[in-house]
Amino acid sequence: MILFEVFLNGLLLGGTYGLIALGLNLQYGVARILNLSYGEFFMGGAFTAFFTIMLWKFNPLLSLFISMPIAFAINWLIYQFLMIPLVRRAPDQDVLDADVVLVTFGLFFVFQGLALVNWSGDLRGYSFLSTGVPLFGATVALNRVLAFFGACAIAFALFLLLRYTRFGTALRAITIDPVAASLVGVDVRKFSALAFAGGGALAAASGMLVSTFISFSSTIGVEYTLKALIVVIMAGVGRVTGTLAAGLLLGVVESLGGYLIDPGLTIAINFGLFMLILLLRPTGLFTRA
Amino acid sequence: MLELLQSHWRIGALMALGAFILALVPFYSSSYVISIFIVLYANIALATAWAFFSGTTRYISLATAAFFGVGIYALAIFHVYVPVPLALLAAAIVGFLVALVVGLSTLRLRGVYFVVFTFGLTELIHQVLNWWEIKINKTVSRYIFTDVSNVSIYETLLAVALITIVGSWFVSKIRLGFALRAIGEDETVARHTGVNTTRVKVVCFALSASVMALVGAVLALRYSYIDATIAFNNTWSFQVLIAALLGGAGRAWGPAIGAIPLVLLSDFLAGTFPHHFGIALGLCFVVIVYFLPGGLTRLLERLYHAWWAEQTKVRTH
Repeated sequence: MILFEVFLNGLLLGGTYGLIALGLNLQYGVARILNLSYGEFFMGGAFTAFFTIMLWKFNPLLSLFISMPIAFAINWLIYQFLMIPLVRRAPDQDVLDADVVLVTFGLFFVFQGLALVNWSGDLRGYSFLSTGVPLFGATVALNRVLAFFGACAIAFALFLLLRYTRFGTALRAITIDPVAASLVGVDVRKFSALAFAGGGALAAASGMLVSTFISFSSTIGVEYTLKALIVVIMAGVGRVTGTLAAGLLLGVVESLGGYLIDPGLTIAINFGLFMLILLLRPTGLFTRA
Repeated sequence: MLELLQSHWRIGALMALGAFILALVPFYSSSYVISIFIVLYANIALATAWAFFSGTTRYISLATAAFFGVGIYALAIFHVYVPVPLALLAAAIVGFLVALVVGLSTLRLRGVYFVVFTFGLTELIHQVLNWWEIKINKTVSRYIFTDVSNVSIYETLLAVALITIVGSWFVSKIRLGFALRAIGEDETVARHTGVNTTRVKVVCFALSASVMALVGAVLALRYSYIDATIAFNNTWSFQVLIAALLGGAGRAWGPAIGAIPLVLLSDFLAGTFPHHFGIALGLCFVVIVYFLPGGLTRLLERLYHAWWAEQTKVRTH
């Protein structure tokens, strides 16, 4: 029974991992920019929620109206003014990748440093919907259930957007082949910028959802950048449902591993899984070889 | 070898003189100055070793902290059983072997995947070691008891840094260096022209890692207490990468040039504004990519050539 509870908690956690990774996959899949400062927007979303409930005494869900537009705007600016010059001057994808890695790592340091200076490195947390609810005979915290369903709702909305709108079709076209997309009249640069910015907004949203049940600090971003990366690489670039499935898998593996082997090894299990997948199937689990 | 010596004996003599003067520094300066120089030499050796592999092949590695930490732990374990010089040698060998295993399994990853993998590797070793120490050894930390003086550490690191620079320069002049650069230009072409790319990459990766482990081991002599978080600190990976790129990874002496301002900046900021050092480091990344793609060495060379052109112009008129 305890094992089932652990499994269920892993599943709930995995849903939020799926959402965290969706934003990164949107950025990497459409704009082809691997943003290593991604987790900093997750951290920003968590802090906005924290200040909303602790400082201004509002429902932390309302913080989404602040953090998502800000993250959207900052990511749009990053794409337009920092990434486009790199894309223009790079002779090939290898050089571009190296430049992007350096710049986004730099941004990661800058954002994390700013957060440390302004908000210190202390652990934060708040209590929100932390009552237990029965679910399939087990008891789970309500905030985790909220985070899970919030993540699923956003993922479903994104799925519909990509599948059934002109805008979504354009994004999918860019994911498959940017050159061909521009030949059929898609404004690649504009749509890539929007996808990149949207990915950042998703990071902020997932930060808010996760902050309801974990304690966090200014340095938490990099951990979630890596988790998002693990999921994206597991899922394969540019896949919505695959990303959600890979997120669930990671959540379950992490929970069960922590329970069955040792809670001190959860991060190590994450990385172990990640490296195994990198070595064995670098194109992703949910892609056709 | 002899030809190289003949054509570069002036630079060699100048370097020997410089090394001799630097070797005398600790006998005429305060312990504060000595410790700054120790950190500087460590950074120079690490950055040069990093650039030796990653600068030429463009496989950007963030595993510096991993090999550095392996060296620290190797020393902490071996110094109990054997004399310090042997323990240092053992640390370098362990670093070499670990890198050999890692290299054989990972060097087929390219670009972003390799970067992220090496970053994850540091974290993985850190976490597993931490868990191992707590669960199996029932301790969080290890103690290092040696009577090695700061002056000896200074001289050792000076020697390591110089040997790394000269070694890296020497390799760049022989076939192995051409092979490395060919891999950096285009790996497929390199393979088709008969370079055994896997062997070249793995051997050079391991050589660079053994220097990193050695530097970690020497620096560990200064600590009396270590734990996994001290040993596997990712900041080393980033700082070393920045030093190498700031100086310019295309020249053997480039990383050394880049390390100097960075060490001074870190010494200036780390004590009073530790978080601002992170911001400065981040801005360094951005500035290098946009404004200094070849590093300070390319800038200096360009300025020198411009100055030289100016001089000759004046003379001919």
